[in-house]
Amino acid sequence: MSHFSLRRASAIVLRQFYLMRESLSRIMPLFVWVGVDIILWGFITKYLNTITSSGGRFVPTLLGAVLFWDFQTRVMQGITTAFFEDVWSRNFLNFFATPLTVGEYIAGLVMTTIATSGVGLFVMWVLATALFGFSVFAYGALIIPFLFVLFLSGIALGIFGSAVVLRLGPAAEWFIWPIPALISPFVGVFYPLSTLPVWMQKIARALPPSYVFEGMRATIDHHAVDQGALWLGAALALIYIVLACLFFARTYRQALRSGLIARYSAESVS
Amino acid sequence: MKIPILSVQHLRKVYGTTVAVDGISFDVCAREIVGLLGSNGAGKTTTINMILGVLEPTSGTIQIEGVNLSAHRSEALLRTNFAAVYAPLPGNLTVQQNLHIFGRLYGVARLTERVEALLQQYDLRPFRHTKCGVLSSGEQTRVGLAKAMLNEPRLLLLDEPTASLDPSTAQDLRRKIRAFADQGTGGVLWTSHNMYEVQEVCDRVLFLSETKIILQGDPKTLPAEHGKETLEDLFIAVARDPEGLTRA
Repeated sequence: MSHFSLRRASAIVLRQFYLMRESLSRIMPLFVWVGVDIILWGFITKYLNTITSSGGRFVPTLLGAVLFWDFQTRVMQGITTAFFEDVWSRNFLNFFATPLTVGEYIAGLVMTTIATSGVGLFVMWVLATALFGFSVFAYGALIIPFLFVLFLSGIALGIFGSAVVLRLGPAAEWFIWPIPALISPFVGVFYPLSTLPVWMQKIARALPPSYVFEGMRATIDHHAVDQGALWLGAALALIYIVLACLFFARTYRQALRSGLIARYSAESVS
Repeated sequence: MKIPILSVQHLRKVYGTTVAVDGISFDVCAREIVGLLGSNGAGKTTTINMILGVLEPTSGTIQIEGVNLSAHRSEALLRTNFAAVYAPLPGNLTVQQNLHIFGRLYGVARLTERVEALLQQYDLRPFRHTKCGVLSSGEQTRVGLAKAMLNEPRLLLLDEPTASLDPSTAQDLRRKIRAFADQGTGGVLWTSHNMYEVQEVCDRVLFLSETKIILQGDPKTLPAEHGKETLEDLFIAVARDPEGLTRA
């Protein structure tokens, strides 16, 4: 078994940096859509604050929820987009004929998304704060575990989505883009989990972001936040990362056996 | 006794009930250019893909400088590199960017200096900031070869490297590959359908037919040994009636 090489993993980051540095169409998605989301939801919260007697609670609850959810989506898409670059440029044969290991490749994708999702988070925070009076202090120190759990959850989704495309071929990327939208009704981004029917609540309990959004609402309502639940969310996210990595590694191994890595554009070798 | 750079033993690849490569064994030694010849579908690219670690053999072993590819993939591939006409480098990156990325992947020391030397050696300096996707096929082949030389590989795999080149550029490339082999540290496994070039460049050839190696030897003397005038005549005979040839 070969040792992990940070230098090889950093080659994936360098590739992404080169691509982004010269491509407006790659840079803009880092912040444009999340910026539009913040502005849209910012005005919605502003309007809701005027027609209800919420005392401005809509900013930290709704706008904060949008910010958190878009952050997780950006983390996931940071990984899948970097992976898709190899799909689009038919580069698997070149990359995987080098000493690069699957672990280093995945690490490179994760390192890439730390940078790209960080840009998105920063832009969202600036817009929400400057335009709508959003304050991270509304969540206190809990903002750190909130973001951490969502970050881990986004990584798990990104690796899982990449493995699905590796398994099913380039056209399967259209399965991946809607994943956040499919999950969002279950995790209670905008409403307490108690709003959901029991079967949906059961699914929600298996999804790490559920614990973040429940915790976020408890913080805003000055209720005690169940820190054990947050730890559970983090543990679940870590388990999902491990499972996603195993799934990716297994899919890669199958692709080596079938010859798909060398002939990926064929989508299947059967 | 020469120690092989590449040792392939009883290599076999089966897809379902279809045998793609059937228990082939061969070596490539330092200073040696070995031609892997065969008609389309004979198993050449399948063999090369297995040696590159992008296709898992059904059975058999591949050792590169004594390192087992299956057990120590990264260590074995550090000593290897390749260029193939069907594996161009990402077209959305410049020549220099591609060389820097692959240099990192191959753990090349003093990478900037190495990239500069290769840009010079392969006449790529004018294209250093050009995206690979807009280069001519000949220029892309040169970039692919520069990438293949980044880590000064002990084993160089070339799958039809001159397929898209004009005769002058192809001759220049053959000289470069010959010079690489003559340095004495590396060996080359080369596939080509151009028998003239194989005869000019290769020290030894292996004829693959219907998934097996059925002939091997010096490309300059092998045709006469089998009653043929040229290597091309021998290739055609192997392709059309391999059993007849082995009977003879």
